[in-house]
Amino acid sequence: MTAPPLIEVDGLRIDLDDGSRRTAAVEGVSFRIDRGETFGLVGESGCGKSISALALIGLLRRPLSIGAGAIRFDGREIQGLPAAEQRALRGNRIAMIFQEPMTALNPVSPIGRQIAEMFVLHQGKSWREADRLAVEALASVRVPAPERRVKDYPHQLSGGMRQRVMIAIALACGPDLLIADEPTTALDVTVQAEIIELMRNLCAERGTAILMISHDLGLVANVCRRVAVMYAGRIVEERGSDALFRASAHPYTKGLVDSLPRLGTRAALGRSKLKEIAGVVPAIADFPAGCRFNPRCMQATEICRSTAPETTRLGDGGLVRCHHHA
Amino acid sequence: MKLGTSTIIGGVLFALAIFVGLFAPWLAHTDPVMGANLMNAEEPPSWIWWFGTDAQGRDIYSRVVHGARISLTVGIVSQLVNSVIGVTLGLTAGYWGGWWDDVVNALTNLMLAIPSLIFALAIMAVLGPGLTSLLIALGLTNWSFSCRIARASALSLKSQGYVQAAKVLGYGDLRIMITQLLPNMLGPIIVISTLGMGGAILAEAALSFLGLGIRPPYPSWGSMLSEARDQITTAPWLSVFPGLAIFLTVLGLNLLGDGLRDILDPQSRSRRT
Repeated sequence: MTAPPLIEVDGLRIDLDDGSRRTAAVEGVSFRIDRGETFGLVGESGCGKSISALALIGLLRRPLSIGAGAIRFDGREIQGLPAAEQRALRGNRIAMIFQEPMTALNPVSPIGRQIAEMFVLHQGKSWREADRLAVEALASVRVPAPERRVKDYPHQLSGGMRQRVMIAIALACGPDLLIADEPTTALDVTVQAEIIELMRNLCAERGTAILMISHDLGLVANVCRRVAVMYAGRIVEERGSDALFRASAHPYTKGLVDSLPRLGTRAALGRSKLKEIAGVVPAIADFPAGCRFNPRCMQATEICRSTAPETTRLGDGGLVRCHHHA
Repeated sequence: MKLGTSTIIGGVLFALAIFVGLFAPWLAHTDPVMGANLMNAEEPPSWIWWFGTDAQGRDIYSRVVHGARISLTVGIVSQLVNSVIGVTLGLTAGYWGGWWDDVVNALTNLMLAIPSLIFALAIMAVLGPGLTSLLIALGLTNWSFSCRIARASALSLKSQGYVQAAKVLGYGDLRIMITQLLPNMLGPIIVISTLGMGGAILAEAALSFLGLGIRPPYPSWGSMLSEARDQITTAPWLSVFPGLAIFLTVLGLNLLGDGLRDILDPQSRSRRT
Protein backbone atom coordinates (compact mmCIF):
# COMPACT_ATOMS: atom_id res chain seq x y z
CA MET A 1 0.00 0.00 0.00
CA THR A 2 1.89 3.03 -1.20
CA ALA A 3 -0.14 5.43 -3.34
CA PRO A 4 -3.56 6.42 -2.00
CA PRO A 5 -6.48 4.88 -3.88
CA LEU A 6 -8.00 6.96 -6.66
CA ILE A 7 -11.28 7.22 -4.87
CA GLU A 8 -12.12 6.12 -1.39
CA VAL A 9 -15.60 6.15 0.05
CA ASP A 10 -15.65 5.74 3.78
CA GLY A 11 -18.83 5.10 5.77
CA LEU A 12 -20.98 7.17 3.43
CA ARG A 13 -24.49 7.94 4.59
CA ILE A 14 -26.94 9.79 2.39
CA ASP A 15 -29.94 11.33 4.10
CA LEU A 16 -33.31 11.84 2.54
CA ASP A 17 -35.02 14.81 4.12
CA ASP A 18 -38.74 14.90 3.42
CA GLY A 19 -39.31 17.98 5.52
CA SER A 20 -40.49 16.26 8.67
CA ARG A 21 -37.89 13.59 9.14
CA ARG A 22 -34.59 12.33 7.87
CA THR A 23 -34.12 8.82 6.70
CA ALA A 24 -30.88 7.29 5.57
CA ALA A 25 -31.30 6.23 1.95
CA VAL A 26 -27.73 4.95 1.87
CA GLU A 27 -25.81 3.93 4.95
CA GLY A 28 -22.35 2.74 5.80
CA VAL A 29 -21.19 2.49 2.21
CA SER A 30 -17.44 2.08 1.92
CA PHE A 31 -15.37 1.08 -1.05
CA ARG A 32 -12.21 2.06 -2.81
CA ILE A 33 -11.17 2.11 -6.40
CA ASP A 34 -7.54 2.14 -7.44
CA ARG A 35 -6.14 3.75 -10.56
CA GLY A 36 -7.15 1.95 -13.71
CA GLU A 37 -9.31 -0.49 -11.80
CA THR A 38 -12.79 -1.58 -12.81
CA PHE A 39 -15.32 -1.65 -10.03
CA GLY A 40 -18.99 -2.57 -10.27
CA LEU A 41 -21.88 -1.52 -8.13
CA VAL A 42 -24.88 -3.80 -8.53
CA GLY A 43 -28.32 -3.65 -7.05
CA GLU A 44 -32.01 -3.41 -7.67
CA SER A 45 -33.72 -0.16 -8.60
CA GLY A 46 -33.88 2.17 -5.64
CA CYS A 47 -31.12 0.48 -3.63
CA GLY A 48 -29.08 3.69 -3.68
CA LYS A 49 -26.46 2.98 -6.30
CA SER A 50 -27.19 6.02 -8.47
CA ILE A 51 -27.34 8.49 -5.60
CA SER A 52 -24.07 7.08 -4.31
CA ALA A 53 -22.57 7.97 -7.68
CA LEU A 54 -24.05 11.46 -7.52
CA ALA A 55 -22.53 11.89 -4.08
CA LEU A 56 -19.20 10.89 -5.56
CA ILE A 57 -19.24 13.81 -7.98
CA GLY A 58 -20.70 16.19 -5.42
CA LEU A 59 -24.03 16.64 -7.14
CA LEU A 60 -26.50 15.53 -4.51
CA ARG A 61 -29.30 18.06 -4.33
CA ARG A 62 -32.12 18.54 -1.88
CA PRO A 63 -33.86 16.54 -0.48
CA LEU A 64 -30.74 14.36 -0.55
CA SER A 65 -27.60 15.24 1.34
CA ILE A 66 -24.49 13.56 2.65
CA GLY A 67 -25.19 12.75 6.29
CA ALA A 68 -21.91 11.18 7.31
CA GLY A 69 -18.76 9.65 5.97
CA ALA A 70 -16.10 10.88 3.63
CA ILE A 71 -15.37 10.68 -0.06
CA ARG A 72 -11.73 11.14 -0.93
CA PHE A 73 -10.62 11.59 -4.50
CA ASP A 74 -6.89 11.27 -4.95
CA GLY A 75 -6.44 11.75 -1.23
CA ARG A 76 -8.54 14.93 -1.01
CA GLU A 77 -11.99 15.12 0.51
CA ILE A 78 -14.50 16.15 -2.13
CA GLN A 79 -17.15 17.63 0.15
CA GLY A 80 -14.76 20.16 1.59
CA LEU A 81 -13.68 21.58 -1.77
CA PRO A 82 -15.06 24.92 -2.91
CA ALA A 83 -17.71 24.76 -5.66
CA ALA A 84 -15.34 25.96 -8.36
CA GLU A 85 -12.80 23.24 -7.58
CA GLN A 86 -15.50 20.58 -7.52
CA ARG A 87 -16.59 21.80 -10.93
CA ALA A 88 -13.04 21.60 -12.21
CA LEU A 89 -12.95 17.94 -11.14
CA ARG A 90 -16.23 17.07 -12.82
CA GLY A 91 -15.87 16.25 -16.47
CA ASN A 92 -12.14 16.73 -16.26
CA ARG A 93 -10.94 14.08 -13.81
CA ILE A 94 -14.24 12.38 -12.98
CA ALA A 95 -16.54 11.87 -15.93
CA MET A 96 -19.87 10.19 -16.16
CA ILE A 97 -22.04 8.58 -18.81
CA PHE A 98 -25.71 8.03 -18.42
CA GLN A 99 -28.41 5.53 -19.03
CA GLU A 100 -30.31 7.62 -21.57
CA PRO A 101 -28.12 8.67 -24.47
CA MET A 102 -31.30 10.01 -26.06
CA THR A 103 -31.66 12.80 -23.56
CA ALA A 104 -28.12 13.38 -22.36
CA LEU A 105 -27.13 15.32 -25.47
CA ASN A 106 -28.22 18.87 -26.16
CA PRO A 107 -30.67 18.61 -29.09
CA VAL A 108 -29.91 22.03 -30.59
CA SER A 109 -26.15 21.77 -30.65
CA PRO A 110 -24.07 19.76 -33.15
CA ILE A 111 -22.33 16.85 -31.44
CA GLY A 112 -18.88 18.09 -32.47
CA ARG A 113 -19.53 21.30 -30.63
CA GLN A 114 -20.59 19.40 -27.53
CA ILE A 115 -17.38 17.40 -27.52
CA ALA A 116 -15.28 20.48 -28.30
CA GLU A 117 -16.88 22.36 -25.41
CA MET A 118 -15.10 19.99 -23.01
CA PHE A 119 -11.68 20.97 -24.33
CA VAL A 120 -12.56 24.64 -24.15
CA LEU A 121 -14.04 24.33 -20.69
CA HIS A 122 -11.45 22.20 -18.98
CA GLN A 123 -8.28 22.65 -20.97
CA GLY A 124 -8.68 26.25 -22.10
CA LYS A 125 -8.19 25.34 -25.75
CA SER A 126 -9.28 27.64 -28.55
CA TRP A 127 -12.41 26.67 -30.42
CA ARG A 128 -10.42 25.94 -33.56
CA GLU A 129 -8.13 23.56 -31.70
CA ALA A 130 -11.06 22.07 -29.79
CA ASP A 131 -12.99 21.38 -32.99
CA ARG A 132 -10.02 19.48 -34.35
CA LEU A 133 -9.69 17.47 -31.14
CA ALA A 134 -13.42 16.73 -31.29
CA VAL A 135 -12.96 15.01 -34.64
CA GLU A 136 -10.17 12.92 -33.13
CA ALA A 137 -12.29 12.09 -30.11
CA LEU A 138 -15.13 11.01 -32.35
CA ALA A 139 -12.76 8.87 -34.38
CA SER A 140 -11.48 7.24 -31.20
CA VAL A 141 -14.97 5.99 -30.34
CA ARG A 142 -15.12 4.47 -33.84
CA VAL A 143 -17.74 6.70 -35.32
CA PRO A 144 -17.35 6.40 -39.09
CA ALA A 145 -16.60 9.58 -41.07
CA PRO A 146 -16.03 11.74 -37.99
CA GLU A 147 -15.24 14.88 -40.04
CA ARG A 148 -18.78 14.81 -41.37
CA ARG A 149 -20.43 13.50 -38.25
CA VAL A 150 -19.28 16.36 -36.01
CA LYS A 151 -21.82 18.57 -37.73
CA ASP A 152 -24.71 16.21 -37.00
CA TYR A 153 -27.35 16.92 -34.41
CA PRO A 154 -28.11 14.26 -31.79
CA HIS A 155 -31.47 13.32 -33.32
CA GLN A 156 -29.71 12.32 -36.52
CA LEU A 157 -27.81 9.56 -34.69
CA SER A 158 -28.90 6.14 -33.54
CA GLY A 159 -28.93 5.20 -29.86
CA GLY A 160 -25.62 3.36 -30.09
CA MET A 161 -23.99 6.27 -31.91
CA ARG A 162 -25.23 8.69 -29.30
CA GLN A 163 -23.80 6.58 -26.52
CA ARG A 164 -20.49 6.58 -28.40
CA VAL A 165 -20.66 10.36 -28.54
CA MET A 166 -21.37 10.41 -24.80
CA ILE A 167 -18.30 8.26 -24.24
CA ALA A 168 -16.27 10.61 -26.42
CA ILE A 169 -17.45 13.57 -24.35
CA ALA A 170 -16.81 11.77 -21.08
CA LEU A 171 -13.31 10.64 -22.05
CA ALA A 172 -12.41 13.87 -23.86
CA CYS A 173 -10.26 15.25 -21.07
CA GLY A 174 -8.71 11.93 -20.15
CA PRO A 175 -10.42 11.54 -16.76
CA ASP A 176 -9.03 9.32 -14.01
CA LEU A 177 -12.44 7.87 -13.24
CA LEU A 178 -15.36 7.14 -15.49
CA ILE A 179 -18.68 6.56 -13.78
CA ALA A 180 -20.99 4.60 -16.03
CA ASP A 181 -24.54 4.65 -14.71
CA GLU A 182 -26.48 1.91 -16.50
CA PRO A 183 -24.63 2.80 -19.71
CA THR A 184 -26.31 0.24 -21.92
CA THR A 185 -29.75 -0.28 -20.43
CA ALA A 186 -31.45 1.71 -23.18
CA LEU A 187 -29.65 -0.10 -25.99
CA ASP A 188 -30.11 -3.28 -27.99
CA VAL A 189 -28.20 -6.29 -26.76
CA THR A 190 -25.86 -6.38 -29.76
CA VAL A 191 -25.13 -2.68 -29.53
CA GLN A 192 -24.72 -3.14 -25.78
CA ALA A 193 -21.84 -5.54 -26.28
CA GLU A 194 -20.09 -3.16 -28.70
CA ILE A 195 -20.45 -0.19 -26.39
CA ILE A 196 -19.17 -2.12 -23.38
CA GLU A 197 -16.23 -3.41 -25.38
CA LEU A 198 -15.44 0.09 -26.61
CA MET A 199 -15.67 1.59 -23.16
CA ARG A 200 -13.47 -1.08 -21.68
CA ASN A 201 -10.81 -0.81 -24.35
CA LEU A 202 -10.64 2.96 -24.28
CA CYS A 203 -10.39 3.03 -20.51
CA ALA A 204 -7.75 0.34 -20.47
CA GLU A 205 -5.69 2.26 -23.04
CA ARG A 206 -5.84 5.45 -21.03
CA GLY A 207 -5.62 3.96 -17.57
CA THR A 208 -9.04 5.29 -16.64
CA ALA A 209 -10.74 3.56 -13.75
CA ILE A 210 -14.36 2.56 -14.25
CA LEU A 211 -17.12 2.61 -11.70
CA MET A 212 -19.92 0.75 -13.38
CA ILE A 213 -23.38 0.95 -11.94
CA SER A 214 -25.96 -1.50 -13.14
CA HIS A 215 -28.70 -3.88 -12.15
CA ASP A 216 -27.26 -6.38 -14.59
CA LEU A 217 -25.03 -8.65 -12.51
CA GLY A 218 -23.79 -10.58 -15.52
CA LEU A 219 -22.76 -7.46 -17.37
CA VAL A 220 -20.98 -5.96 -14.41
CA ALA A 221 -19.14 -9.17 -13.57
CA ASN A 222 -18.03 -9.31 -17.17
CA VAL A 223 -16.56 -5.81 -17.16
CA CYS A 224 -15.37 -5.36 -13.61
CA ARG A 225 -12.63 -6.96 -11.61
CA ARG A 226 -14.38 -6.31 -8.32
CA VAL A 227 -18.09 -6.04 -7.66
CA ALA A 228 -20.06 -4.64 -4.75
CA VAL A 229 -23.64 -5.73 -4.33
CA MET A 230 -25.98 -3.19 -2.78
CA TYR A 231 -29.25 -3.94 -1.09
CA ALA A 232 -31.54 -1.36 0.49
CA GLY A 233 -28.88 1.29 0.90
CA ARG A 234 -26.09 -0.95 2.14
CA ILE A 235 -23.30 -2.85 0.48
CA VAL A 236 -23.98 -6.45 1.41
CA GLU A 237 -21.07 -8.08 -0.34
CA GLU A 238 -17.93 -6.98 -2.08
CA ARG A 239 -15.89 -9.57 -3.94
CA GLY A 240 -13.73 -10.23 -6.92
CA SER A 241 -16.19 -10.92 -9.71
CA ASP A 242 -15.11 -14.58 -10.14
CA ALA A 243 -15.53 -15.33 -6.47
CA LEU A 244 -18.87 -13.62 -6.46
CA PHE A 245 -20.21 -16.12 -8.95
CA ARG A 246 -18.38 -19.16 -7.70
CA ALA A 247 -19.04 -18.76 -4.02
CA SER A 248 -21.38 -15.94 -3.16
CA ALA A 249 -21.28 -15.36 0.56
CA HIS A 250 -24.42 -13.32 1.10
CA PRO A 251 -27.85 -14.93 0.65
CA TYR A 252 -28.96 -11.97 -1.47
CA THR A 253 -26.04 -12.35 -3.85
CA LYS A 254 -26.69 -16.08 -4.02
CA GLY A 255 -30.27 -15.29 -4.91
CA LEU A 256 -29.14 -12.92 -7.64
CA VAL A 257 -26.69 -15.42 -9.09
CA ASP A 258 -29.26 -18.18 -9.01
CA SER A 259 -31.82 -16.00 -10.72
CA LEU A 260 -29.60 -15.56 -13.76
CA PRO A 261 -30.68 -17.77 -16.66
CA ARG A 262 -28.03 -20.35 -17.53
CA LEU A 263 -27.10 -22.24 -20.63
CA GLY A 264 -26.05 -25.83 -20.14
CA THR A 265 -27.09 -29.43 -20.29
CA ARG A 266 -29.44 -29.31 -17.33
CA ALA A 267 -31.07 -26.20 -18.68
CA ALA A 268 -31.35 -27.80 -22.09
CA LEU A 269 -33.11 -30.77 -20.56
CA GLY A 270 -35.47 -28.39 -18.82
CA ARG A 271 -34.41 -29.64 -15.41
CA SER A 272 -33.13 -26.44 -13.87
CA LYS A 273 -35.69 -24.00 -12.66
CA LEU A 274 -35.04 -20.28 -12.67
CA LYS A 275 -34.99 -19.19 -9.07
CA GLU A 276 -36.35 -15.95 -7.75
CA ILE A 277 -35.96 -13.96 -4.56
CA ALA A 278 -39.35 -13.75 -2.91
CA GLY A 279 -40.68 -10.37 -1.87
CA VAL A 280 -39.78 -6.83 -2.90
CA VAL A 281 -37.22 -4.23 -1.85
CA PRO A 282 -38.54 -2.32 1.16
CA ALA A 283 -39.22 1.40 0.81
CA ILE A 284 -36.64 3.77 2.26
CA ALA A 285 -39.03 4.93 4.96
CA ASP A 286 -39.56 1.45 6.38
CA PHE A 287 -36.31 -0.43 6.16
CA PRO A 288 -36.61 -3.36 8.55
CA ALA A 289 -34.60 -3.42 11.77
CA GLY A 290 -31.54 -5.60 11.94
CA CYS A 291 -30.34 -6.98 8.63
CA ARG A 292 -32.33 -5.24 5.93
CA PHE A 293 -32.59 -8.41 3.91
CA ASN A 294 -34.08 -10.47 6.74
CA PRO A 295 -37.76 -10.46 5.62
CA ARG A 296 -36.76 -12.02 2.30
CA CYS A 297 -33.93 -14.20 3.54
CA MET A 298 -34.30 -18.00 3.75
CA GLN A 299 -31.63 -18.25 6.44
CA ALA A 300 -32.86 -15.44 8.67
CA THR A 301 -32.77 -16.16 12.41
CA GLU A 302 -33.48 -14.14 15.53
CA ILE A 303 -30.25 -12.17 15.45
CA CYS A 304 -30.94 -11.06 11.86
CA ARG A 305 -34.17 -9.41 12.97
CA SER A 306 -32.60 -7.54 15.86
CA THR A 307 -29.00 -6.67 15.04
CA ALA A 308 -27.59 -5.23 11.85
CA PRO A 309 -24.62 -7.35 10.80
CA GLU A 310 -21.18 -5.79 10.59
CA THR A 311 -18.93 -6.28 7.61
CA THR A 312 -16.79 -9.40 7.85
CA ARG A 313 -13.61 -9.92 5.90
CA LEU A 314 -13.54 -13.15 3.95
CA GLY A 315 -10.54 -15.30 3.25
CA ASP A 316 -10.16 -14.11 -0.33
CA GLY A 317 -10.17 -10.42 0.64
CA GLY A 318 -13.88 -9.98 -0.01
CA LEU A 319 -16.27 -8.34 2.39
CA VAL A 320 -19.68 -9.52 3.43
CA ARG A 321 -22.38 -8.13 5.69
CA CYS A 322 -24.25 -11.17 7.01
CA HIS A 323 -24.54 -13.05 10.30
CA HIS A 324 -24.70 -16.38 8.53
CA HIS A 325 -22.39 -15.87 5.59
CA ALA A 326 -21.19 -18.95 3.85
CA MET B 1 -36.04 23.08 -47.59
CA LYS B 2 -39.67 24.01 -48.04
CA LEU B 3 -40.95 27.20 -46.51
CA GLY B 4 -44.60 27.91 -46.01
CA THR B 5 -46.16 30.50 -48.30
CA SER B 6 -47.14 32.64 -45.35
CA THR B 7 -43.55 32.62 -44.05
CA ILE B 8 -42.32 33.81 -47.41
CA ILE B 9 -44.97 36.54 -47.59
CA GLY B 10 -44.11 37.60 -44.05
CA GLY B 11 -40.39 37.59 -44.76
CA VAL B 12 -40.83 39.58 -47.97
CA LEU B 13 -43.04 42.17 -46.27
CA PHE B 14 -40.59 42.61 -43.39
CA ALA B 15 -37.60 42.66 -45.71
CA LEU B 16 -39.36 45.28 -47.83
CA ALA B 17 -39.97 47.43 -44.76
CA ILE B 18 -36.29 47.12 -43.75
CA PHE B 19 -35.17 47.91 -47.30
CA VAL B 20 -37.39 50.98 -47.46
CA GLY B 21 -36.15 52.13 -44.07
CA LEU B 22 -32.48 51.66 -44.99
CA PHE B 23 -32.69 53.39 -48.35
CA ALA B 24 -35.28 56.01 -47.46
CA PRO B 25 -33.20 59.03 -48.61
CA TRP B 26 -32.77 57.49 -52.05
CA LEU B 27 -36.33 56.23 -52.38
CA ALA B 28 -38.04 59.41 -51.24
CA HIS B 29 -38.99 61.96 -53.89
CA THR B 30 -38.84 65.01 -51.67
CA ASP B 31 -37.61 65.92 -48.24
CA PRO B 32 -40.20 64.58 -45.80
CA VAL B 33 -40.09 67.63 -43.55
CA MET B 34 -38.87 70.56 -45.60
CA GLY B 35 -40.44 69.60 -48.91
CA ALA B 36 -43.61 71.58 -48.23
CA ASN B 37 -45.24 73.55 -50.99
CA LEU B 38 -48.66 74.98 -50.39
CA MET B 39 -49.30 75.09 -54.13
CA ASN B 40 -49.55 71.29 -54.06
CA ALA B 41 -51.66 71.00 -50.91
CA GLU B 42 -54.00 68.01 -50.60
CA GLU B 43 -53.36 66.53 -54.00
CA PRO B 44 -54.92 63.08 -54.36
CA PRO B 45 -52.67 60.17 -55.37
CA SER B 46 -51.44 60.50 -58.93
CA TRP B 47 -48.42 59.68 -61.09
CA ILE B 48 -46.58 62.68 -59.68
CA TRP B 49 -47.67 62.29 -56.05
CA TRP B 50 -47.89 58.52 -55.64
CA PHE B 51 -49.59 58.61 -52.26
CA GLY B 52 -50.98 62.20 -52.60
CA THR B 53 -49.94 65.22 -50.57
CA ASP B 54 -50.99 66.66 -47.22
CA ALA B 55 -52.34 70.08 -46.25
CA GLN B 56 -48.84 71.55 -46.34
CA GLY B 57 -48.20 70.06 -49.76
CA ARG B 58 -45.67 67.46 -48.49
CA ASP B 59 -45.35 64.25 -50.44
CA ILE B 60 -47.03 61.46 -48.43
CA TYR B 61 -44.99 58.76 -50.20
CA SER B 62 -41.75 60.39 -49.08
CA ARG B 63 -43.07 60.74 -45.55
CA VAL B 64 -44.21 57.10 -45.39
CA VAL B 65 -40.79 55.98 -46.66
CA HIS B 66 -39.00 58.03 -44.02
CA GLY B 67 -41.53 56.98 -41.41
CA ALA B 68 -40.38 53.40 -41.90
CA ARG B 69 -37.06 54.35 -40.32
CA ILE B 70 -38.63 55.55 -37.12
CA SER B 71 -41.25 52.83 -36.88
CA LEU B 72 -38.78 50.03 -37.49
CA THR B 73 -36.17 51.49 -35.17
CA VAL B 74 -38.76 51.68 -32.44
CA GLY B 75 -40.06 48.18 -33.22
CA ILE B 76 -36.69 46.46 -33.37
CA VAL B 77 -34.76 48.30 -30.68
CA SER B 78 -37.52 48.37 -28.09
CA GLN B 79 -38.28 44.69 -28.65
CA LEU B 80 -34.59 43.87 -28.39
CA VAL B 81 -34.45 45.66 -25.05
CA ASN B 82 -37.59 43.81 -23.98
CA SER B 83 -36.19 40.44 -24.99
CA VAL B 84 -32.87 40.97 -23.27
CA ILE B 85 -34.55 42.05 -20.03
CA GLY B 86 -37.21 39.35 -20.21
CA VAL B 87 -34.91 36.49 -21.11
CA THR B 88 -32.27 37.45 -18.56
CA LEU B 89 -34.80 37.66 -15.76
CA GLY B 90 -36.85 34.64 -16.84
CA LEU B 91 -33.88 32.38 -17.52
CA THR B 92 -32.14 33.08 -14.23
CA ALA B 93 -35.41 32.89 -12.30
CA GLY B 94 -36.36 29.55 -13.81
CA TYR B 95 -32.90 28.06 -13.45
CA TRP B 96 -32.01 29.23 -9.96
CA GLY B 97 -35.48 29.32 -8.48
CA GLY B 98 -35.73 30.29 -4.81
CA TRP B 99 -36.15 33.89 -3.68
CA TRP B 100 -34.91 35.28 -6.99
CA ASP B 101 -37.70 33.41 -8.76
CA ASP B 102 -40.23 34.93 -6.35
CA VAL B 103 -38.90 38.43 -6.98
CA VAL B 104 -38.99 38.03 -10.75
CA ASN B 105 -42.46 36.53 -10.60
CA ALA B 106 -43.75 39.40 -8.53
CA LEU B 107 -42.22 41.89 -10.97
CA THR B 108 -43.71 40.09 -13.94
CA ASN B 109 -47.13 40.01 -12.36
CA LEU B 110 -46.82 43.69 -11.59
CA MET B 111 -45.96 44.44 -15.20
CA LEU B 112 -48.80 42.32 -16.47
CA ALA B 113 -51.25 43.98 -14.12
CA ILE B 114 -50.50 47.45 -15.47
CA PRO B 115 -51.60 47.89 -19.10
CA SER B 116 -48.31 48.37 -20.87
CA LEU B 117 -49.55 51.25 -23.00
CA ILE B 118 -50.66 53.15 -19.91
CA PHE B 119 -47.29 52.47 -18.32
CA ALA B 120 -45.52 53.64 -21.46
CA LEU B 121 -47.73 56.73 -21.44
CA ALA B 122 -46.66 57.49 -17.90
CA ILE B 123 -42.97 57.08 -18.75
CA MET B 124 -43.39 59.26 -21.83
CA ALA B 125 -45.13 61.90 -19.77
CA VAL B 126 -42.11 62.01 -17.47
CA LEU B 127 -39.41 61.81 -20.14
CA GLY B 128 -41.16 63.98 -22.70
CA PRO B 129 -41.79 63.12 -26.33
CA GLY B 130 -39.00 62.00 -28.64
CA LEU B 131 -37.42 58.91 -30.11
CA THR B 132 -35.14 58.10 -27.15
CA SER B 133 -37.87 58.32 -24.56
CA LEU B 134 -40.11 56.27 -26.86
CA LEU B 135 -37.46 53.54 -26.99
CA ILE B 136 -37.06 53.59 -23.23
CA ALA B 137 -40.79 53.60 -22.58
CA LEU B 138 -41.56 50.73 -24.93
CA GLY B 139 -38.39 48.85 -24.07
CA LEU B 140 -39.17 48.73 -20.37
CA THR B 141 -42.84 47.89 -20.47
CA ASN B 142 -43.20 44.78 -22.58
CA TRP B 143 -40.72 42.23 -21.28
CA SER B 144 -43.18 40.26 -19.16
CA PHE B 145 -44.16 37.88 -21.98
CA SER B 146 -40.64 36.92 -22.96
CA CYS B 147 -39.84 36.65 -19.26
CA ARG B 148 -42.70 34.25 -18.69
CA ILE B 149 -41.73 32.12 -21.65
CA ALA B 150 -38.05 32.09 -20.74
CA ARG B 151 -38.86 31.11 -17.17
CA ALA B 152 -41.24 28.35 -18.18
CA SER B 153 -38.72 26.97 -20.68
CA ALA B 154 -35.91 27.13 -18.15
CA LEU B 155 -38.04 25.26 -15.62
CA SER B 156 -38.79 22.42 -17.98
CA LEU B 157 -35.34 22.36 -19.58
CA LYS B 158 -33.35 22.26 -16.38
CA SER B 159 -34.57 18.77 -15.58
CA GLN B 160 -33.58 17.53 -19.04
CA GLY B 161 -30.88 14.91 -19.21
CA TYR B 162 -28.43 17.07 -21.09
CA VAL B 163 -28.63 19.86 -18.54
CA GLN B 164 -27.95 17.35 -15.80
CA ALA B 165 -25.18 15.89 -17.94
CA ALA B 166 -23.66 19.33 -18.39
CA LYS B 167 -23.57 19.74 -14.61
CA VAL B 168 -21.86 16.40 -14.26
CA LEU B 169 -19.36 17.40 -16.93
CA GLY B 170 -18.36 20.42 -14.88
CA TYR B 171 -20.21 23.25 -16.62
CA GLY B 172 -20.77 26.34 -14.51
CA ASP B 173 -24.23 27.85 -14.07
CA LEU B 174 -23.62 30.63 -16.56
CA ARG B 175 -22.27 28.25 -19.17
CA ILE B 176 -25.23 25.93 -18.70
CA MET B 177 -27.62 28.81 -19.14
CA ILE B 178 -25.90 30.09 -22.25
CA THR B 179 -25.02 26.85 -24.01
CA GLN B 180 -27.74 24.48 -22.84
CA LEU B 181 -30.84 26.45 -21.91
CA LEU B 182 -30.76 29.51 -24.13
CA PRO B 183 -30.40 27.76 -27.51
CA ASN B 184 -33.21 25.41 -26.59
CA MET B 185 -35.62 28.18 -25.74
CA LEU B 186 -34.61 30.46 -28.59
CA GLY B 187 -37.41 29.26 -30.88
CA PRO B 188 -40.34 30.49 -28.82
CA ILE B 189 -38.38 33.58 -27.75
CA ILE B 190 -37.76 34.62 -31.34
CA VAL B 191 -41.37 33.97 -32.23
CA ILE B 192 -42.64 36.07 -29.34
CA SER B 193 -40.09 38.79 -30.15
CA THR B 194 -41.16 38.98 -33.75
CA LEU B 195 -44.76 39.28 -32.68
CA GLY B 196 -43.72 41.80 -30.04
CA MET B 197 -42.03 43.91 -32.71
CA GLY B 198 -45.37 44.27 -34.44
CA GLY B 199 -46.88 45.21 -31.11
CA ALA B 200 -44.17 47.81 -30.51
CA ILE B 201 -44.78 49.37 -33.93
CA LEU B 202 -48.47 49.60 -33.08
CA ALA B 203 -47.67 51.05 -29.67
CA GLU B 204 -45.42 53.66 -31.28
CA ALA B 205 -48.27 54.53 -33.62
CA ALA B 206 -50.66 54.79 -30.69
CA LEU B 207 -48.32 56.97 -28.62
CA SER B 208 -47.52 59.22 -31.56
CA PHE B 209 -51.21 59.41 -32.36
CA LEU B 210 -51.78 60.64 -28.83
CA GLY B 211 -49.08 63.22 -29.37
CA LEU B 212 -46.60 61.63 -26.96
CA GLY B 213 -44.35 59.84 -29.40
CA ILE B 214 -42.69 61.40 -32.39
CA ARG B 215 -43.67 65.05 -32.65
CA PRO B 216 -44.59 66.64 -35.95
CA PRO B 217 -43.17 67.61 -38.34
CA TYR B 218 -41.01 64.45 -38.23
CA PRO B 219 -42.78 61.61 -39.94
CA SER B 220 -43.62 58.44 -38.10
CA TRP B 221 -46.54 56.35 -39.25
CA GLY B 222 -48.38 56.98 -36.01
CA SER B 223 -47.87 60.73 -36.01
CA MET B 224 -48.93 60.88 -39.66
CA LEU B 225 -52.16 59.13 -38.77
CA SER B 226 -52.63 61.55 -35.91
CA GLU B 227 -52.22 64.56 -38.20
CA ALA B 228 -54.50 63.06 -40.80
CA ARG B 229 -57.50 62.42 -38.63
CA ASP B 230 -59.08 65.86 -39.28
CA GLN B 231 -58.99 65.31 -43.01
CA ILE B 232 -60.10 61.69 -43.03
CA THR B 233 -63.24 62.54 -45.03
CA THR B 234 -61.72 65.15 -47.33
CA ALA B 235 -58.32 63.55 -47.92
CA PRO B 236 -58.50 59.87 -46.94
CA TRP B 237 -55.12 59.10 -48.57
CA LEU B 238 -53.46 60.93 -45.70
CA SER B 239 -54.48 58.16 -43.30
CA VAL B 240 -54.81 55.22 -45.69
CA PHE B 241 -51.14 55.00 -46.70
CA PRO B 242 -49.46 55.26 -43.28
CA GLY B 243 -52.17 52.91 -42.00
CA LEU B 244 -51.42 50.47 -44.78
CA ALA B 245 -47.72 50.67 -44.01
CA ILE B 246 -48.37 49.80 -40.36
CA PHE B 247 -50.76 47.04 -41.33
CA LEU B 248 -48.42 45.41 -43.84
CA THR B 249 -45.36 45.60 -41.60
CA VAL B 250 -47.16 44.17 -38.57
CA LEU B 251 -48.80 41.49 -40.71
CA GLY B 252 -45.40 40.64 -42.16
CA LEU B 253 -43.87 40.34 -38.70
CA ASN B 254 -46.68 38.13 -37.46
CA LEU B 255 -46.49 35.79 -40.44
CA LEU B 256 -42.71 35.68 -40.12
CA GLY B 257 -42.95 34.93 -36.41
CA ASP B 258 -45.19 31.96 -37.07
CA GLY B 259 -42.96 30.66 -39.82
CA LEU B 260 -39.79 31.05 -37.77
CA ARG B 261 -41.15 28.78 -35.10
CA ASP B 262 -41.10 25.87 -37.52
CA ILE B 263 -37.72 26.70 -38.98
CA LEU B 264 -36.00 27.11 -35.62
CA ASP B 265 -36.95 23.67 -34.43
CA PRO B 266 -34.03 21.39 -35.37
CA GLN B 267 -36.27 18.34 -35.37
CA SER B 268 -38.48 19.78 -38.07
CA ARG B 269 -35.39 20.96 -39.91
CA SER B 270 -34.19 17.44 -40.51
CA ARG B 271 -37.63 16.27 -41.48
CA ARG B 272 -37.48 18.72 -44.33
CA THR B 273 -33.99 17.95 -45.57
